[in-house]
Amino acid sequence: MVQEHLSILFSSVFSENLALSFFLGMCTFLALSKNVKTAMMLGVAVIVVQGITVPVNNLIFTYFLKKGALVWISPSFADTNLEFLGLISYIGTIAAMVQILELFLDRYVPALYNTLGIFLPLITVNCAILGGSLLMVEKQMTFAHSLNYGFSSGLGWAVAITALAGVREKLKYNDIPAGLRGLGITFITVGLMAMAFLAFAGIKL
Amino acid sequence: MKFLRKFFDSIHPQFVEGGKLERFYPLYEAIDTFLFTPSDKTKGPTHVRDGMDLKRVMIMVVVALTPCILMAMYNTGLQANLAIESLVSSESISAEDVAGWRADCVRALGLGFSPNNPIACFVHGALFFLPVFLVTQIAGGFWEVLFASIRKHDINEGFLVTGMLFPLTLPPSIPLWQVALGISFGVVIGKEVFGGTGKNFLNPALTARAFLYFAYPGQMSGDKVWVGLPSLPSHIDGFSAATPLGEVANPANTLGMEAVTNHLSWNDAFLGFMPGSMGETSTLACLLGAIILIATGIGSWRIMLSVLLGALLSAKGFNMINSATTPMFAMPPEWHIVLGGLAFGLVFMATDPVSAAMTQKGQWVYGLLIGVLTTLVRVINPGYPEGIMLAILLGNVFAPTIDYWVVQANINRRLKRSAA
Repeated sequence: MVQEHLSILFSSVFSENLALSFFLGMCTFLALSKNVKTAMMLGVAVIVVQGITVPVNNLIFTYFLKKGALVWISPSFADTNLEFLGLISYIGTIAAMVQILELFLDRYVPALYNTLGIFLPLITVNCAILGGSLLMVEKQMTFAHSLNYGFSSGLGWAVAITALAGVREKLKYNDIPAGLRGLGITFITVGLMAMAFLAFAGIKL
Repeated sequence: MKFLRKFFDSIHPQFVEGGKLERFYPLYEAIDTFLFTPSDKTKGPTHVRDGMDLKRVMIMVVVALTPCILMAMYNTGLQANLAIESLVSSESISAEDVAGWRADCVRALGLGFSPNNPIACFVHGALFFLPVFLVTQIAGGFWEVLFASIRKHDINEGFLVTGMLFPLTLPPSIPLWQVALGISFGVVIGKEVFGGTGKNFLNPALTARAFLYFAYPGQMSGDKVWVGLPSLPSHIDGFSAATPLGEVANPANTLGMEAVTNHLSWNDAFLGFMPGSMGETSTLACLLGAIILIATGIGSWRIMLSVLLGALLSAKGFNMINSATTPMFAMPPEWHIVLGGLAFGLVFMATDPVSAAMTQKGQWVYGLLIGVLTTLVRVINPGYPEGIMLAILLGNVFAPTIDYWVVQANINRRLKRSAA
């Protein structure tokens, strides 16, 4: 039990890092990693949203979409399989959750709302978030596992973007060849970082 | 020397702006400053307290590497000669079957292939190490000069060190074209695209090695690559000699640590008489290098000590868990230090002042991270028997973030102090 959870935590932060081994959420990953502070903010936002949407999507999958999931309404639904509605329900959930979270923070925690600012609505369209939910479904996780997975895959993404931002701050005043300035060198940086992250590839706890 | 100086002065006008060979100024400048101390002086008042410049730093690193290089040549030859001896004594081949240009050179010098003759071992090993070294210098130097000429920056001694570290991390049997490809990747993608010497965020030599490791695992890992052999008759398909780390990590290993201790004493492992990457085997040579680097103030003792502590403590921790299925859990800390590339990496690679953490507190965190990751990968990653290379690269990736936090903590502390 504990070992399973540790294994999920370790693999989703390191060996199956959403950003550096699946290359998910690249648009925000590349666009908002210019300085460490912003990157950490975004990382926190991703952890929060991922930590909420993955378990919620797990519930939706288990009680509405999965084959035979609707038997709790009536036994005649035993053969109903709504999995084809997966994508649209997950993304709908994500958008709705982010909106609710935003309203909630605006009303009750305005300080956090102001620091997160534009990032909160922005990560609705972050493919790491949708990817997290889809991977959760693919791995057939229980609710408890999905809680852990949502948090730790978000954490992995946050670690990756913070490290990238650190490196980019270091590279800020470098005389990079003209053709590679900006996104070009960032792509190379991310590639080299992913190579270093291969240290964890294949580790099973 | 006077003659040389005159020659350089006479060709100088060709290279300055407007001269015919203006493009090649960096090359001219590099050779000139390499041979003679430049007479340029700083104009105006300065804060320089010591003449420690890039050139002196790099040359000191080369000096510190000398024991490793000598050991690399001796041990490579020793392992090759031991392999030949065992093949001859098992009558798979006869001594006359040993062929190829290396064998011709050894025979021309009248040395033979006895593992008991240190000179024969040294020469035979040098015949493996030097080609790899030369290819590295030529291929890497080519890119260095090309980028310097086009981007108009100076060539400096930085590459000399990269070009010495890289061959030392390679197995002796590596094909030379892979050496050239690897160092090209390391110099171009690892360093030059980021703006050249001092601007990279990963160690270029390790970037080159990691690239080869993932691109050509067949020539960079396994049991058949660690002993360089001359050409042998076709019925011999290589000589199988695993590194001690590989032997313990082997899934078929049922003896645990004894798989190594029954044929290799700790002293021999410390001195470096075992198969492995050319420069990494001898912990003693690395220790000599470490003393030189610390005494001259070039390598950070904080990083070396913290990597060592991280590795020792985490190895001790794994000993306590002691899993029955994975023999690597039982490897004692003192063996972790002498086997594989830990010593070489912690002295020469982790301390690279460009890619390591800059702040003093950050260096402790950085070092501990590398030490722990090294044993972690060695012990629980079934994919790789050795972890120091990727651990250092990961350390490099996180180093700027660690520095950022240390600096922020300082800023916050001072803000509080001035507010009070």
